[in-house]
Amino acid sequence: MSLQTPLGKARGLGSAKEGLHHWWMQRVTAVALIPLTIWFAYSVACIAGAEYNVVLAKLSSPLNSILLVCFIIATFYHAALGLQVVFEDYVSTKAVRIICIVSADLLLFFLAIAAILAVVRISFGGQ
Amino acid sequence: MSTVDRPLSPHLQVYRLPLAAILSILHRATGVFLSLGSLLLVWWLMSVAHGEAGFNNANAVVGSIIGQLILFGFTFALFFHLSNGIRHLFWDAGLGFELPAVARSSVVVILSAAILTISVWALAYL
Repeated sequence: MSLQTPLGKARGLGSAKEGLHHWWMQRVTAVALIPLTIWFAYSVACIAGAEYNVVLAKLSSPLNSILLVCFIIATFYHAALGLQVVFEDYVSTKAVRIICIVSADLLLFFLAIAAILAVVRISFGGQ
Repeated sequence: MSTVDRPLSPHLQVYRLPLAAILSILHRATGVFLSLGSLLLVWWLMSVAHGEAGFNNANAVVGSIIGQLILFGFTFALFFHLSNGIRHLFWDAGLGFELPAVARSSVVVILSAAILTISVWALAYL
């Protein structure tokens, strides 16, 4: 027996079956960001006020580069998922809502690529 | 009947928000604030990648009083979002839903965010 109403059946709109993936990836990135954020904050505090060469050496060590890229990916993914929910909650006009979400996604993607390429350039010695 | 004439039920601003509700909206606010803060991280990394001149320029901005105040704000927002986010993960696992537990974890979230913020800044300055 189906609990779907005749009107619901006629409209044919149901769950898009996409919600769980969003929810789950927000948790996966959140769990990844727990150690990464603590590492990031600790590392930034350690290089506060340090000379250029010291900062460059610290950032370009293999482990730090890897962790920094992981931090960047997890952060921007997590931000894109979070901002999507904020737009869904507060922007009631569907067209504007979709424009907001897509714009935020594309901008965050651009920023993530810019940050990752900066880390790559730094790990190759700057410039 | 016109919809504008309908009586309205009291909304958010009428009530004094309980601590858990304040932390809930702060979680979202810090999340949006930190998304904006990611611009600062990208700009700083690109400055460092640009060479020593870019690095010194970025450090002058970040090291100014206003720069330090903004960074302090981002540090607290980051640690608040981290602490409260961990609490959310416990809730996702079905733990700590009882009101006394929520009241206790609210205090733990605020204290740990404050302690982590102060620790990181002490580490940076000492």
